[in-house]
Amino acid sequence: MALKTFIEAIRETLADEMRRDPTVIVLGEDVGKKGGVFLATDGLWAEFGDDRVIDTPLTESMIVGTSIGASMNGLRPVAEIQFADFIFPAFNQILSEAARMRYRSNNGFGVPMTIRAPYGGGVHGALYHSQSVEAFFTHIPGLKIVIPSTPYDARGLLRSSIRDDDPVLFFEHKKMYRSVRGDVPDTDYTIPLGRAAVTRAGSRVTVIAYGLMAHYALEAADVVMDEGISVEVVDLRTLRPIDKETVLNSVRKTGKCLVVYEDNRFGGYGAEVAAIVAEEAFDYLDGPVTRIAGPDVPGVPYNHVLEDWFMVNPEKIADGIRKLAAY
Amino acid sequence: MTTGSAQSDLAASVGLTDADLIAMYRTVALARAVDERMWILNRAGRIPFVISGQGHEGAQVGLAWPLERKKDWIAPFYRSIATCLAFGMSAQDILMAQYAKAADPSSGGRQMPGHYGNAENHLVSLSSPVATQMLHAVGIALAARIRKTGQVAMTSMGEGSSNQGDVHEGLNFAAIHRLPFILVVENNGSAISVPASQELATEHVADRASGYGIPGVVVDGSDVLACYAAGREAVERARRGDGPTLIEAKVIRLTAHSSDDQQTKYRPEQELAGLKAMDALPQFRSQLAEAGVLTEAVEVRLNAEIKAEVHAATEYAEAQPDPEPSTAMQWVYAEEWPSETPPPWGLTGPGTSHDGSGGGH
Repeated sequence: MALKTFIEAIRETLADEMRRDPTVIVLGEDVGKKGGVFLATDGLWAEFGDDRVIDTPLTESMIVGTSIGASMNGLRPVAEIQFADFIFPAFNQILSEAARMRYRSNNGFGVPMTIRAPYGGGVHGALYHSQSVEAFFTHIPGLKIVIPSTPYDARGLLRSSIRDDDPVLFFEHKKMYRSVRGDVPDTDYTIPLGRAAVTRAGSRVTVIAYGLMAHYALEAADVVMDEGISVEVVDLRTLRPIDKETVLNSVRKTGKCLVVYEDNRFGGYGAEVAAIVAEEAFDYLDGPVTRIAGPDVPGVPYNHVLEDWFMVNPEKIADGIRKLAAY
Repeated sequence: MTTGSAQSDLAASVGLTDADLIAMYRTVALARAVDERMWILNRAGRIPFVISGQGHEGAQVGLAWPLERKKDWIAPFYRSIATCLAFGMSAQDILMAQYAKAADPSSGGRQMPGHYGNAENHLVSLSSPVATQMLHAVGIALAARIRKTGQVAMTSMGEGSSNQGDVHEGLNFAAIHRLPFILVVENNGSAISVPASQELATEHVADRASGYGIPGVVVDGSDVLACYAAGREAVERARRGDGPTLIEAKVIRLTAHSSDDQQTKYRPEQELAGLKAMDALPQFRSQLAEAGVLTEAVEVRLNAEIKAEVHAATEYAEAQPDPEPSTAMQWVYAEEWPSETPPPWGLTGPGTSHDGSGGGH
């Protein structure tokens, strides 16, 4: 067992999978010699060469579209979109092509492709280097959406994503790359897609979160524990397909549910979680399903005062827990 | 089929046999017969929607012919009936897509007619947003290069679609890496209603090839053998590792854009009347007859075969079962996913009736 940063776990998993399976390739902007702007692919080009680590032109649609084609002709591409904020030129390829290929061909074709993209704010990245984009994609049947929060999960889930026969979007919170460390065993373990984790057991309020917010939820739970509020935290890890069973079991136990997400509140992924809980656990609820989420402005502002105002943090989550617990 | 050991000068001049020429002609004629049948079925209220390839068939057969079936790949578009027939699909496969039946090999009845695709024949399933298939073919070519399979990937589209950004991104990447890739633009002069003069600032789509540092070839789409020669050269170049080629075939659109389009609103009568003179089917027939390849006896036999084939395909498709609603949630993913919720009306509840009217495509 070794202590790794989040990005070390990503990088080493990519290298392991490329060693294990010669059909795995990596392509994206600056992923070669430079090793990616966050160094997630550092060292891959030196080890695997030009054919398997491809520096592409600045063409996100091409990165995804050719990955779709390559995946239909025997490869397992891992495409990197440099920032999740830049994924939208590829939206049509992801929505109209990758997600629908298996369904529209009645299982004639599949797209075993993984798209990695750093997302999230709190890094002075402003409107176009801070976005949480998951809700655009969790809406789409045919895609699998993964957002890990620990190095251990990142490794196990990235392995499963690359080995999966369907398109997976793998979002990595960039603030966690070097700030989050954790134990990562050197074994070939995987974590199945579609399974949430209860990262803290509690009795009075369930907090459902993912990515950086899964850490902040744990911090908030610590704070309110001192005030006598016992909080259970569910880290979703895979957003689609969602692990309803773990979510509903927790809410049935606590009777209260707070959903936390960093994205804009309106129509965010947490709204779907709230709807599922309201529809399927209504009889157990002892308070409204509530949300703590980013404000509805068109992006994360740059100035640090404004950015702090935007970002969900442990204090804001703790406030939400207190209000819900008071019902 | 064979015409014996005869070898005409015409066949020799393009490096083919007489049997090849007959087979090519048969494919062009079959595509036309299937297409005409589709329109009859539409007007008779049997199938709700038709999108046609009439006027494109000669170019499609000529350009697809040099590729190797089940080895090379084609990412077709919605007018690619002749391409699909030339690459291994049957008249029955096309009719099954028109009727959208459960056993339709393109999509199991999930897609609109015209969205052909078939893994077994290396024909990529296509969608309706145009030119997206460009990048799939480039990706297939990339995989071919990396895996050293010797495969060539071709895609085809109209000149209207050629303006999409995916075409630029794909040509640039294919050219940088000298991928075994061929872009075929079937230029029929109209993007639904908009003439090429309002779609392109250059005379030819192929003029753009120089901007990518690759060859751009313009070929007469009514000349099947000229298309074949252009296709063969591009395939050889791709297999040699010399990179992509852009081939623009000047074709005609003999029908409206689709069964929901009224082209007389935007195409003058005299333009439509003049089109038949540029149709590849009668031209190819005359060319093969003059060369002594297509005798009257052979033509009579082919016509009878094609008529019987289209008739049998129609009867078969008409009689096939529709897909069951209980199958409608299959193949969202490779595996069943129990957490994905079925609708409250379940998987076998009453369906909605379909009145057969299309509109706006």
